[in-house]
Amino acid sequence: MNAIDPALAGRPAATLMSGNQACALGAIAGGCRFFAGYPITPSSEIAERLARSLPEVGGVFVQMEDEIASMAAVIGASMGGVKSMTATSGPGFSLKQENLGYAAGAEIPCVIVNVMRGGPSTGMPTRPAQADIMQSRWGSHGDYPIIVLTPWSVREIFDETIRAFDLAERFRTPVVLLYDQVVAQLSETVVLDVVRDTALVERKWASGPPADYKPYAAGADGIPPMVRPGAGYRTHTTGLTHSENGFPTQNPEAVTRNLSRLFSKLDLNREAIDAWHTLGCDDAEVVIVAIGITARAASRAVELCRAQGVRAGLFRPKTLWPFPEDALRAATANARAVLVPELNAGQLSREVQRILGGAKVDGLFRFNGEPLLPSEIAARAAALVKGA
Amino acid sequence: MLVDQTAEFDVRDYLRKEMMPHFLCPGCGHGIALRALLWAIHDLGIDKDKLAVVSGIGCAGRLSAYIDANTFHVTHGRPLAFATGLALARPDLQVVVISGDGDCLAIGGNHLIHACRRNLNLTCLMLNNEVYGMTGGQVSPTTPETLLTTTTPRGNTEPHFDACALAAAAGAGFVGREVTRHVPKLKELIREGLSHPGFAFIEVLSDCTEILGRKNDLGSSPEMMLRQKSELRPTAYRDTVDMPFRPNHLPTGILARNDRPEYGTSYRRAAAAAREAKP
Repeated sequence: MNAIDPALAGRPAATLMSGNQACALGAIAGGCRFFAGYPITPSSEIAERLARSLPEVGGVFVQMEDEIASMAAVIGASMGGVKSMTATSGPGFSLKQENLGYAAGAEIPCVIVNVMRGGPSTGMPTRPAQADIMQSRWGSHGDYPIIVLTPWSVREIFDETIRAFDLAERFRTPVVLLYDQVVAQLSETVVLDVVRDTALVERKWASGPPADYKPYAAGADGIPPMVRPGAGYRTHTTGLTHSENGFPTQNPEAVTRNLSRLFSKLDLNREAIDAWHTLGCDDAEVVIVAIGITARAASRAVELCRAQGVRAGLFRPKTLWPFPEDALRAATANARAVLVPELNAGQLSREVQRILGGAKVDGLFRFNGEPLLPSEIAARAAALVKGA
Repeated sequence: MLVDQTAEFDVRDYLRKEMMPHFLCPGCGHGIALRALLWAIHDLGIDKDKLAVVSGIGCAGRLSAYIDANTFHVTHGRPLAFATGLALARPDLQVVVISGDGDCLAIGGNHLIHACRRNLNLTCLMLNNEVYGMTGGQVSPTTPETLLTTTTPRGNTEPHFDACALAAAAGAGFVGREVTRHVPKLKELIREGLSHPGFAFIEVLSDCTEILGRKNDLGSSPEMMLRQKSELRPTAYRDTVDMPFRPNHLPTGILARNDRPEYGTSYRRAAAAAREAKP
């Protein structure tokens, strides 16, 4: 509440905060009570904030010996029944892929924040990139489903962190919160008055006799209920392929049955997972598809284009994976051209080309640590329309 | 839970019968170590519902599936890190880690030394069979010098780790070593470790008869167990007559014990103080 200006009494306070700070606040609001991490730029502020605030709400923060251990500790705590999270950047995200794959395969809810910086390898630790788009989808070995969210503002990071926990718990899956260094470390004024209008999602807990419980037997929604250690079920969890009872199997029918359910469980629930944002797509002759800070620039580019008579629009996936394909097709149905500006050598554009076909999709790539400017995006979009 | 723990120990009360027969090789020491662990759990009256067993990858990693408890067979080398998260999130659980020499000392070596340093209330059983058995017999960080493995075809020339010295140096609250030959002593050591409020590291010397034994003509399983006797030195004799005669032989028993603060307790105490201080 505002205590200083009497005219603002009773109105919610506006706060200046960074994206990473909003993420830490969103985690607490989303029910996170365990964080394990390892210092890495430009994500460390999340760990620092949670080191301070988690004990105050009865949670646990632990700085582990490495990125691998922090991901292992997160899935360990989650199997203990506690909403759990870690945060990292590209080099750490590479190391987390091992246990992220375990979480995907054993269906352990958890949230992984990846603040994208320049790569490959150590790259540019303090500079933005959007080059982990494909790693966030395919980074661990084998086939597996995953949810990836891409907020573009400080306020949206807060909201999407909460949504990340909701989705992770509801669908028994790791959820990656993927945003770039600019969005992470810029500060914006936010009003956290209406935090949310629905209750937090709680994990679907098993009930009924332990003898009948099978950890990987699911109903029509494809999501098996879970158990807490200590509740009398005494189950087994493994990274080996397993059958409904959780024990290892190489029986082809059992493997097919469980993996088919795993691969389809998110597709069965796309209505609850898909999220996107459009701006001026209805009459757009050119649609710009972008995420994060590049989408911020693109929204300005839409205005610049329209000011010069080019009808541009913006399509921004908020849920990046699974990609909201139908929404993209609808938003671009009448467009003559699609432009995908991104801070990498062409990752999102490849997915957009896969969905729409290559003919009308063009990319605008930058990977030198500098963001794309609205004027650059607008110029390319206008050129596409004129040349198309 | 379900077990009358005043009654005599029956290992079947603690095993998942549907998982039998187990897949360990004939003569393998791991089954003996498993029995000793379950016996110690019985002795202490630990509730199976409150028991969490976390294991890594390899022959030792497979043991968790046989135990009627909350069991987690996690990624290679990571059971201590997984268990750290589980034990911090759920201090009401008794968390036991079963790891092998490769799992614990090679790929998981970093997690081991930091688990020792952190001194969280975990019990780590490292079953040392001196070889990567599951993958067919490659050299491990504890393979004795000169032994043949599939990746040391002319004999091992790498020095091996003394895991207990490593754990003690890294600050583990409790360190001990025992052999599968002495089951009651092994059970007592594990019992002491489980009772220790802090990180307990227990190395169990367990013979790999089918892979390492065959490759090096070390004899039958009973012959390998007899050999344990000649190569080990109970700590009771450490400073007595035995010492000068067998200076290089591995000591067994409780090798280190300290009363450093248990990490989870320290963390929760500080957290409670932070909550009280907050207006």
